[in-house]
Amino acid sequence: MTADERFVRISGVVKRFGKDAPALDHVDGDILGGRITGLVGPDGAGKTTLIRLMTGLMLPDEGTVAVLGFDTAKDAASIQASIGYMPQRFGLYEDLSVQENLDLYADLRGLPLVERTATYDQLLEFTDLKRFTSRLAGKLSGGMKQKLGLACALLRKPRLLLLDEPGVGVDPISRRDLWKMVENLTASGIGVVWSTAYLDEAEACDRVLLLNEGKLLFEGAPAELTGRVADRVFKISGTTGRKREALAHYLDADGVVDGVIQGDAIRLVMASGFAVPEAPTDTTGTAAQATVAPPRFEDAFIDMLGGGPGGRSKLAEVQTPFANEDGKPVIEAHGLTKRFGDFTAADDISFDIPRGQIFGLLGPNGAGKSTTFKMLCGLLKPSVGEGRVAGFDLRRDAAEARNRLGYMAQKFSLYGDLSVAQNLNFFAGVYGLSGSRKRERTRLMVEIFGFGRLLDMSAKDLPLGLKQRLALACAVLHEPEALFLDEPTSGVDPITRREFWTHINGLVEKGVTVLVTTHFMDEAEYCDRISLIYRGRSIALGSPDDLKKQVATAAYPDPTMEDAFIALVQGSEERQAAA
Amino acid sequence: MWWTRLKALIVKELLAVLRDPKGRAILIGPPILQLLVFSYAATLEVTNVDVMVLNRDNGHWGQELVERIDGSPTFRSIAFTDNQKEVRDAIDRQRAIAVLEIGPTFSREIEAGRPAEVQIILDGRRSNASQIVSGYLGRIVATLAADTPAGKRSASETIAVVARNWFNPNLTYQWFMVPNLVASIALLIGLIVTALSIARERELGTFDQLMVSPLRTHEILIGKLIPPMMIGMFHITVYILAAVFIFGVPLRGSLFLLYGSAIFYLAAVVGLGLFISALSMTQQQAILGAFLFMVPAMLLSGFATPIENMPAWLQPVTLVNPLRYFLIIVKGVFLKDIPLAEVVRQTIPLCVIALVTLSAASWLFRRRLE
Repeated sequence: MTADERFVRISGVVKRFGKDAPALDHVDGDILGGRITGLVGPDGAGKTTLIRLMTGLMLPDEGTVAVLGFDTAKDAASIQASIGYMPQRFGLYEDLSVQENLDLYADLRGLPLVERTATYDQLLEFTDLKRFTSRLAGKLSGGMKQKLGLACALLRKPRLLLLDEPGVGVDPISRRDLWKMVENLTASGIGVVWSTAYLDEAEACDRVLLLNEGKLLFEGAPAELTGRVADRVFKISGTTGRKREALAHYLDADGVVDGVIQGDAIRLVMASGFAVPEAPTDTTGTAAQATVAPPRFEDAFIDMLGGGPGGRSKLAEVQTPFANEDGKPVIEAHGLTKRFGDFTAADDISFDIPRGQIFGLLGPNGAGKSTTFKMLCGLLKPSVGEGRVAGFDLRRDAAEARNRLGYMAQKFSLYGDLSVAQNLNFFAGVYGLSGSRKRERTRLMVEIFGFGRLLDMSAKDLPLGLKQRLALACAVLHEPEALFLDEPTSGVDPITRREFWTHINGLVEKGVTVLVTTHFMDEAEYCDRISLIYRGRSIALGSPDDLKKQVATAAYPDPTMEDAFIALVQGSEERQAAA
Repeated sequence: MWWTRLKALIVKELLAVLRDPKGRAILIGPPILQLLVFSYAATLEVTNVDVMVLNRDNGHWGQELVERIDGSPTFRSIAFTDNQKEVRDAIDRQRAIAVLEIGPTFSREIEAGRPAEVQIILDGRRSNASQIVSGYLGRIVATLAADTPAGKRSASETIAVVARNWFNPNLTYQWFMVPNLVASIALLIGLIVTALSIARERELGTFDQLMVSPLRTHEILIGKLIPPMMIGMFHITVYILAAVFIFGVPLRGSLFLLYGSAIFYLAAVVGLGLFISALSMTQQQAILGAFLFMVPAMLLSGFATPIENMPAWLQPVTLVNPLRYFLIIVKGVFLKDIPLAEVVRQTIPLCVIALVTLSAASWLFRRRLE
């Protein structure tokens, strides 16, 4: 078996579901042996559909998929015998132990009894699950579940391994472990498909297929894609004054393709032939320096999509500013603790957020950030401690406080059967808007977010990006003082994500205070301060740059947010082990 | 302010049910099905049954009895046989529900003025129908007996019974059934619509969205209470119209009393639905819970079988069943112009049930937030 042998040949594949736009639209591509091929794109891009087509579980409407020399339409059984497939929501049996899950999959895969002991040993060693064989799969952490899933998929050594979003819900440390395991596999000639919505994962792949809205945008090595923006990416540091104002300034300048906040600095992608624009005039110091930065996959993706949105948020322009009279914090957490039985989900978490700042709760799934978030917006009662919003205790003066907060839940919980207009009307009514103010605010939302022609469409039929916009519109209809955002942009495409943050940045400039939970390292860069939550405790608190500085070493002077996260978590574990 | 919030919630609840194709199906399908099944198919009357006659009598009276049975509209067919073996076979294979056996000396005994006997063999597996058929046959035999010479002679000495059915003179089955359905449809729809409403929001994740809004807990409860009550009122109205105009059931009492008490009945039903909904995490659990309550509630309401026939220990259980009280009111209003005092007497327990279930739901509601 030689590396770079063509394992999968996808030619002219079209797949439709119902009358919607095709999930896959004339996609061509190859998967090579001995390589990790990233299947990259935002949610709804067609990644899962493409993987299912490769397994032969589904057949294309047009075109063909050939896997390991077999056509999926004719010889699905031969394909299934020689591939390993790990679906997104893995079919682990949560009420079975690790060992029982392995036994079950060994039976299903027809692994001969004599080989089992050796195979189990090897896989448990490999996944580092040996200590947990008797634990129920449902009680494993997100990362361990994925490792067990991987072990089950590897029981009969496959030639081709299909992994559907293995990085979701996994903390960065486990993600790195998982990645290393998969890299080891490719060394023995196995072809791996790793699908992901995280663009930083894409960068680490040998090859990528970049999908967007069912279309293949790019096929090849990630460096080849990032190469198109080489020398066009700049890091601007030393801007004084308000960085969000500065970002808005840059985004509106000619030739700026994309711009994001990165801690205290601003990262810009320029169109070719354009120089970095002048720093905003109102900044007193002129110390702003532009240095060329190494391009990232995301920069190239945005460039390919024709650039991000402008820097002005119409939403923020119509927002009445909140004056910062007394300098009191808008959101306060004092020793918030939540216990469920003998399990402490959040342990003594304290912070406060001054007016006009973004505060991030960063951490892997299940670390306790959602619990903390819910206690602060009044959805959970703390076992110990208290949370205040705009000076009101959420449990006691609930209605007063709730009028001042906007809430955007994970997965955009809108009323799917209600139309866009009905959703807006409902949230306007619930927040007590009526008469001309209601008409005015809903009209503004329709105009700002471009819902004009979609007003009668059921919310559930909207594409993901529009759902996210509608959720934001519903959350800010009543001009809240504090915004609570729970994983606000997970899975949406990078353009929509930028548009979202442009609005949030604008609102924050007007004095709105934001609490955001995220497991996206990039999103954490937008925050003024971050609390790193791990195993129920806040293990670090500070600005993104502070956290990065804490872990910078001479050998590695410019760590990413993910590096900082991993180093801080490991440091905290070592301290705990020592204590 | 609170009215703006509440109105938004009520409108949303109604839209959520009406815009969901499955929700619409629930509002239209089961009511039509129930009306058709219960008022036409699930009749308790016995018609279209087959009987068999083994006539071993050669005389006039045996022949006369057979002809009278033959002339009765109750029986679909009458088979004749002349041997016992076939009798056993017919009952065994359910070809006949009853066999009438006339002895060889039947006519002779009658002519002689001595007591004569016939035997009726019934299929005990179908106990209810058998009992009714036995009654029919017994009445035919009795009229024959009255026409015998001995019967005629003693006619002046016996007491003649004249039966008259008040409120439903012809014992029309639908007069009894359709008013019952008015009550049961409101139970069915009220429970399902409510049970689903909170569970659906939990599944969608919109429940948190409601809880962080300025809506207070009691406003959420009222907002969840009123829309199913409106839907229930709509179904009650449709059924009343169907009863009067399709089935010709007389409406003798006051509609005002009926609607007045229906408000409390629906509040009790929806309170139960909210309670079930607050207990369940998913829509599946909610539907299961609703049916778990509904089936016994139907059986323990006096809908099909009188409460007085139930064992004494079971009868108190029926006291917590809102259907029991409203059935009395509906039937009363339709068939006999029930007086106000009686309606009030039946409505008070409904108020109590509504209060208890709504408080319990609201308590559960808050507790779930902890």
